Amino acid sequence: MTRVWFFSLAVFPLLAGAQATIDVQKVLQRDFHARGQATMDRVVQDGLQRVCTESNDRPPAELAKQLEADQLKTIAFPEGSLIGDWKRGERIAQGGRGLTWNDKPGAPADGSCYNCHQLSPQEMSHGTLGPSLLRFGATRGNGTEMQRYVYGKIYNAKAYNLCSHMPRLGHSGTLTPEQIKDLVGLLLDPASPVNK
Amino acid sequence: MNRFLSGLLFLTWACGPVSAQDTKKEIQKYQQMIAEGSPVELFELEGEALWKKPQGPHNVSLEKCDLGQGPGVLKAAYARLPRYFKDADRVMDLETRLLHCMTTLQGRSREEATKRVFGNENQPSEMEYLSAYIASQSRGVKLAAGRSHPKEKEAYELGKALFFHRAGAWDMSCASCHGEENKRIRMQELPVMSKPQFARPIMATWPAYRVSNSQFKTMQWRLNDCYRQMRYPEPNFASDATIALNTFLTVTAAGEPYRGPGTKR
Repeated sequence: MTRVWFFSLAVFPLLAGAQATIDVQKVLQRDFHARGQATMDRVVQDGLQRVCTESNDRPPAELAKQLEADQLKTIAFPEGSLIGDWKRGERIAQGGRGLTWNDKPGAPADGSCYNCHQLSPQEMSHGTLGPSLLRFGATRGNGTEMQRYVYGKIYNAKAYNLCSHMPRLGHSGTLTPEQIKDLVGLLLDPASPVNK
Repeated sequence: MNRFLSGLLFLTWACGPVSAQDTKKEIQKYQQMIAEGSPVELFELEGEALWKKPQGPHNVSLEKCDLGQGPGVLKAAYARLPRYFKDADRVMDLETRLLHCMTTLQGRSREEATKRVFGNENQPSEMEYLSAYIASQSRGVKLAAGRSHPKEKEAYELGKALFFHRAGAWDMSCASCHGEENKRIRMQELPVMSKPQFARPIMATWPAYRVSNSQFKTMQWRLNDCYRQMRYPEPNFASDATIALNTFLTVTAAGEPYRGPGTKR
């Protein structure tokens, strides 16, 4: 299955080992402080963040495959149809709240989807960091396999493309499984404006 | 005025299909309009008054503050920051140096002087006013951040490493948004800040007045708010990490004539 079209972002190969001697994480631990829900554990790199930083987002293929498989294991797919309410999905896609130090802890977060992607054609103010998702379901269908792929990609984009710049929205605790299903609805429901 | 212009822009978009080219043109038109009505000069004037106002336990003004060109010399000072300061044995950017002068010359405590470094719509901060005034004294001067002292080189390398370092709740580095050409967040175009041709016009116009929230903003704020949106913890004001990033960005923009403080969307 081709998966690169969903989200792939190449960063310029500018650093080429230049930072090998600088312990950036130590600097962040010294020069940053926890505020609100943005706690200091966030500056501790996990394995894939480190691999992607060190390889300038071009990890060795074998290692990438292995780490992607690890990420795939983090996704708990719900039973039954994964197509939620596209209307709620549209609101989640529009909003940009969540996880910053001035967001209310515990309040529902949004997906920030339009920051980077085109979705519904009515929304002209959309970003272009990610690919356009216009007519996503209309051109790809909405069978079980596609539902699982879209759910998984939103839950943990790194399971499909290790150094993708798309946040791991489920894995990071940004969105709930219910919210992700609503976003799957926005992308795959034939009634969604995305597919009109 | 801002709401009105945004409304106008929205209408232009909403009236039938528009090409990306048309949209870009409309945005440029809008940027020109906001630049013409900018209140930046008022911030510069207020900053000048604050520069000359005796304050702190020593009840002296900042007029003897050495921003790198000698005590009290403002001409070209901003364009040559960040740079290494021997008296502090540290690379400093404008806000960090101002803080240094507030604590040494004026005898103020660091705690008091940093109580409110970022202002709001109703009440700008002292740092914001002062930045507007001091930066304005570099208009026409080519950006030339320090790059010869070993600590300046170190700051540049650290800044570069920070720029590409991925961490935080959303796995982001600065390059996640500022790493590829011709990309946008919503309608906002994203400059590739690691490339001179993109860094130059940006660094030559900060600090800046932001029309969208009617506030004057400093470079320290710009970096702070990027990290907020990257879902990181908060960078300490005037920390070596923020100065290093600023050094990396300003060195990347070297040679561009300063023409700020700017006016942003």
